[in-house]
Amino acid sequence: MNEPNRKLITRTLTGLNPALESVLAGILGLIVGAILMYIWGYNPWKAYWALFRGAYGDSYGIASSIARGVPLVLTALTFSIGVRAGMFNIGAEGQVYMGALAAVTVGYFTLPPGLHLIVGLIFAMLAGAAWSLIPAILKITRGVSEVISTIMFNWIGHFLAFYLVANVLVDPLRGQRTIAVPPSARFPILIRGTDLSYSVFAAVAFALVIYFLLWHTATGYEVRAAGLNPTAAKYGGIKSKRTMLLSFILGGFGAGLAGATIVMGNPPTYAVISGLPQIANAGFDGMAVAMVGRNHPIGILIAAVFFGGLTAGGRTMQITAGVPLEMVRVVEGVIVLTMSIPELVRIFRIIRRGIQKILRREAT
Amino acid sequence: MTYFWGILFISLHAMVPITLTAVGEVVGETGGLFNIGLEGILLLSAFTGALGAESAGPTVGLLVGMGTGALVGLLFSVINTYWKGTQMITGIGINLFAMGFVAFGLIVLGAPGFHAVPAESRLAAIHTPVGTLSPIIFVALVIPFLVHWFLNRTRAGLILKAVGENPEAADVAGINVNLTRLLATTFGGVLAGLAGAYISVSWIGSVTKGISAGRGFIALATVVFSGLNPLLALLGGFIFGFFESLATWIQNLAGSKAIPWQFVAMIPYVVTLLVVAGVIGRVRFPKALGEPYKRE
Repeated sequence: MNEPNRKLITRTLTGLNPALESVLAGILGLIVGAILMYIWGYNPWKAYWALFRGAYGDSYGIASSIARGVPLVLTALTFSIGVRAGMFNIGAEGQVYMGALAAVTVGYFTLPPGLHLIVGLIFAMLAGAAWSLIPAILKITRGVSEVISTIMFNWIGHFLAFYLVANVLVDPLRGQRTIAVPPSARFPILIRGTDLSYSVFAAVAFALVIYFLLWHTATGYEVRAAGLNPTAAKYGGIKSKRTMLLSFILGGFGAGLAGATIVMGNPPTYAVISGLPQIANAGFDGMAVAMVGRNHPIGILIAAVFFGGLTAGGRTMQITAGVPLEMVRVVEGVIVLTMSIPELVRIFRIIRRGIQKILRREAT
Repeated sequence: MTYFWGILFISLHAMVPITLTAVGEVVGETGGLFNIGLEGILLLSAFTGALGAESAGPTVGLLVGMGTGALVGLLFSVINTYWKGTQMITGIGINLFAMGFVAFGLIVLGAPGFHAVPAESRLAAIHTPVGTLSPIIFVALVIPFLVHWFLNRTRAGLILKAVGENPEAADVAGINVNLTRLLATTFGGVLAGLAGAYISVSWIGSVTKGISAGRGFIALATVVFSGLNPLLALLGGFIFGFFESLATWIQNLAGSKAIPWQFVAMIPYVVTLLVVAGVIGRVRFPKALGEPYKRE
């Protein structure tokens, strides 16, 4: 084999390493899911076949997989911005609730189409950021672990959302749900007959903004430096309190926006329903997406289509194979568990070294 | 007076899962592992404990819960000692898995979202003139003292502290750092498993997909409050149990409609946040907490 070719292959394998790990974690998650289904008397082949057909089998499936992935991109970014800044911000869940509820308040006034939508998005982003502010302040001023404070805020947000849906934002005519987002503030449907709306562009745009901000600006460099090595960053003159606050607020924007995309971009209800069925777990699922997407905006976009597919296909699985949708979260959990093991890298290094050895032998 | 006994008894019952989980985590964190998967362990063992109790009686149920906790604790600690994992991510994975597994399991059992443990499978309560008490309350009152003695008065306890404080030095002194951490965190899993099984087999008597209700995280907050002192973890568990029972009590009061129930339900979480914000800075944690140990 000639020299440039060999280099290319080696480099491709090196570059693919993180992606391969994500794929391996995905496969492992599906295998454990299959074993559990088998134990509990379901047919895993039938289930996964239904899931795959439902998720990617036709254009409707693909559109709805992407639609399910839209909020996940945004909540994944919330988690990832935190990780990049050296923190575990688990607060996306509560911030999504606040974002969604802030977004429906646009139903109380009228504005020209377009502007109405933008005002709703701004409301939602501000609400998401506001809900992350107290954990941020507690972390910065008192050193309170963001893991504990954001989780307590998720619970407080859970009950606050129940209260707001039932007592404040309630639709007086229908009850059991909030007032609806009016048509002038909704994301138009992108592909007719599906629930994929223009909200997908909001998610992609936010991902690109975060990518640009973190990797191509001085502030972003500071955030990442503080995350990689807080001590060194401090000696380098980086104000870690400022970068922490910034990452909390950016994360809140993402999660708030996620709430907005759910209520402003998902037919048919355009309102928050009592019990929060559409918005619950968007924050938790986002953490799995972030892990598989390697905490990188581009990786997250790809991972979100996979996890969106699990949810969209999970519905088909539930209907045609009778396997409860909850199986999807079992698979997710195993995937995240697997992603926490850096030894996976070593397994791939061993394989790579083996391939390199073979290539070298061929070269001589 | 009946109010006093009522609130005290509910507080003691609510104290048990938080105290047991927190004391187990005190042991784990002393060794240097931070397990945020405790919530998942509570949820899983509440489910498996109920199944065990229904097939072979309440004692077996509690043992199955402890076994579940041991298994998950073992998995967590193998990943985060020998395999050098990221503790936070492993914990998040365990919690996600537990949410899916229990919700799925409840559907398989027949009734989505809710499963009641029949009275004959529940642990018999101790009757007193002013109410009933679960025997596990006494276990939860004794274990903190045993753990306190273990950590401060035994050689093994000292070794555990050394491993959490300075794993390099412990390693040089011939201590097996990874094995010590693994045992400590698995023990923490066993106590969390007992706590989970207690919820379904003894205290509440049912399993829902949200039965753990954030108690795993409140236990983590209790550990922060305790500064790794098991006796303070017992006190912290009682304080959080008290506020939980206060919330239950206010909700059950006639004429409490003035305060929406949602705000009452927030009380335990708000109190947790306030307590953690109040005590932090005063407490000191092991230097190597949360860091995987790698030999240079």
